[in-house]
Amino acid sequence: MSSTAGSTAIETGESPASRALRRFMAHKLAMFGLIIVVIFVVAAPLAPWLAPFDPLETSWSRLRKPPSLTHLFGTDENGRDVLSRVLYGARASLMAGTIAVGGAVLIGVPVGLVAGLGGKWVDIVISRIADAMLSIPFLILAIALAAFLGPALENAMIAIAISASPIFVRLTRGMALEARNTDWVEAARAMGNPPWRIGLVHVLPNIIPPLLVQATLAIAEAIIAEASLSFLGLGQQPPSPSWGSMLNSAQRFIEGAPWLAVFPGLAIFLVVLAFNLVGDGLRDALDPRSQKR
Amino acid sequence: MLELDAMVKHFPFRDSLGRARGAVRAVDGVSLAVPKGSVLAIVGESGCGKSTLGRLALRLIEPDSGSLRFDGEDILALKPAALRSKRREMQLIFQDPFASLDPRMTVEAAITEPLILHKLHRGRQRARVAELLERVGLRPELARRWPHEFSGGQRQRIAIARALASEPRLIIGDEPVSALDVSVQAQVVNLLGDLIRDLGLTFVLISHDLGVVRQIADRVAVMYLGQIVEEAPAEKLFRNPRHPYTRALLAAVPGQGGALKLLEGDIPSPIAPPAGCRFHTRCPYAEAICREVPPPLVQAQEAAGQIHLAACHFQDTLPPATPIREAAADARLARLQSFFIPNREPTA
Repeated sequence: MSSTAGSTAIETGESPASRALRRFMAHKLAMFGLIIVVIFVVAAPLAPWLAPFDPLETSWSRLRKPPSLTHLFGTDENGRDVLSRVLYGARASLMAGTIAVGGAVLIGVPVGLVAGLGGKWVDIVISRIADAMLSIPFLILAIALAAFLGPALENAMIAIAISASPIFVRLTRGMALEARNTDWVEAARAMGNPPWRIGLVHVLPNIIPPLLVQATLAIAEAIIAEASLSFLGLGQQPPSPSWGSMLNSAQRFIEGAPWLAVFPGLAIFLVVLAFNLVGDGLRDALDPRSQKR
Repeated sequence: MLELDAMVKHFPFRDSLGRARGAVRAVDGVSLAVPKGSVLAIVGESGCGKSTLGRLALRLIEPDSGSLRFDGEDILALKPAALRSKRREMQLIFQDPFASLDPRMTVEAAITEPLILHKLHRGRQRARVAELLERVGLRPELARRWPHEFSGGQRQRIAIARALASEPRLIIGDEPVSALDVSVQAQVVNLLGDLIRDLGLTFVLISHDLGVVRQIADRVAVMYLGQIVEEAPAEKLFRNPRHPYTRALLAAVPGQGGALKLLEGDIPSPIAPPAGCRFHTRCPYAEAICREVPPPLVQAQEAAGQIHLAACHFQDTLPPATPIREAAADARLARLQSFFIPNREPTA
C-alpha cells in the first residue's frame, strides 16, 4: 500500500450531470411526462405525414361530425378534421413554448448574471426593471405586448418571451449573488480570473440545474399563454390551426359538438402536465439536497 | 517581501434607510512584514479580523487605508488587469475544502485553470497537473474525478495543488487544516511544511491552532479585535509571551495540565471596541491606565537583537509566564499519533 492519499476515492468518476440523469431515469412520473413530451415533439414536425387529412380542407358535407372511424376526433364547424388540426396545432404550441422560453432564457440569464455579479448600481437598475415587469401578471403583460405588436404567432412568441424573461433575471441574479459569496468564486478571483470568466466559466455552470427546471416549467406556462393569446385572436391566425384558436371557435358549439373543445383542450392539458412532470422530476434529480441514490 | 502598513478595513452597516449606523472594525491599523521565504503565523480568536487581514494582504478586498507592498511593488496601485496577472505570484488556501473547489470542475480542470489564465506550461498542461498531484501526494489518475468524490483531506490537497499550479512565491493559508480531521491535519501540516521548505515559499498561516503554528511558523503575530497585540519569533513567543492575551491563548491549549486561569467572557464587539487597551475588559492585570490609554506596540527591552513587539502597558512588570509544559504537549502528540497512525494501515 502506497503512502499517497487518494486510494480511498470512489473508483467510478461520475460527473454531476450523469448522476442527475441516472436519478431522473429512476423517477417514474418524470419519465411518464418525458414520454408524452417526446410523443408530441416527434408528432409535431411529422404532422404532414401523420395527419389523415389536410387541416385546412373544408367540406360542407361533413360539418361538426362526431368522432368516427374516418374522423377519430370528429370534424369542426367548417368540416375540417379535428385530429389533423390538433396535430398541426401541436407545432404552434410547442414552437411557441420552446422558442419563447428560449428567448426568455437568452434575455434573462445574461441580464441576471450582470445584475448579480456586476455591482450595486447595475443590480439596482436591473432589479427594479425586472420587479416592475413582474408586478404585471404574466398573461396580462403578454396580451398587452402581443396586442401592441399585432396579431401573429411570431409576435405572440416575442410577447411571451419578453413577459417570461424577468423570472429568469430574478432567478439568475439570486443564484449569482449566492455564488458570488462562495469560497470557490473567491478562489477563482484569487487565481486571477477576469469577471466575465467568473460569470461564464464558474457561476453559470453551477446555476444551470435550477435554470433548467425553471425553463421546463416555463415551457408549460408559455404553451398556456400561446393558447390563451390564440384564443383571444392574438396568436396563430385562422385558418392555421392552433389549440387556443380551436378552443375559441369551439365555444359557440360547446353543447352540440363538445369534441371540438375536448380534443384541443385535452392536448393542452396533456402537454402542460407532461412538461410540469418533467420539470418536477428534473428538480428532484438535480437537487443536491435530496439524498436518494 | 510582503509588507502591510497601517492597514484598516471597516465594514459599515446601514439601517433600512441606508444611513451608516456604524462599522465592524475588522482590521484596525495593522502593520506586518513577512520576509522572503519565511512563515508568519497570524493567530487569534474567531472574529478578531485575521481572515480579513489575509484577504487584504492579497487585495481580494480593498482596504479603507494603508499600504500593501509585494517585493516593493505597490499592489494597491495596480490596475485590475495588472492585479490579475500579479495573482499568479500570490495564492490563497481556504479553510473549508468542501467549499473552495468549484463543484462543476474536475480536479484536472481546477488545477489547469491557473495555467490557462497565466499562459503557463502550454502544450504540457496535463503533465503539469500530474506533477502537481504527485507533489501533494495524490495519484495522477485521480485527475478526471469530481470534487464530491474526495474526502476532506484529499480535497485540501487538491486545493493546495491548485494554489501551487501557477508557481506562486507567496501563499496565504486561511486556517488550512482547521476543517480537517485530527488524523489528517498532521499529514496536511507536514505537506505544507515540506512545500514551504522545498519551494522556498513565503507563507502566511492564519490559524487559531497554536499546535499547528508551532510546527511551521517562524514568526507569530497575535491579533485581538483587529489589532496586533504581540509579534515575535515563534519560539520566543511560545517561551516568553509578553502580552497577557498571548499568555491566555497559550494557556488555553489543551494538555497543559495546570490550573491556569483561562480567559473569561466573550470577545467584545468589534463594532464598538473598548477604549484604551482593547483587551482590558478581560485582562487579569488591567489597571486604570489600560481603560484610557491604548498601549503602543513596542520592542521588548530584553529581546536581544530580535524583534519582539508587544502592546501592553505592563509588559515589563508582569509576573513571569508559566512555562509551556512542552513535555506534556509532546506526550499528547505522541499519544495522538499512536492512536491514529495504525488505523491508516490496518493490520493484515
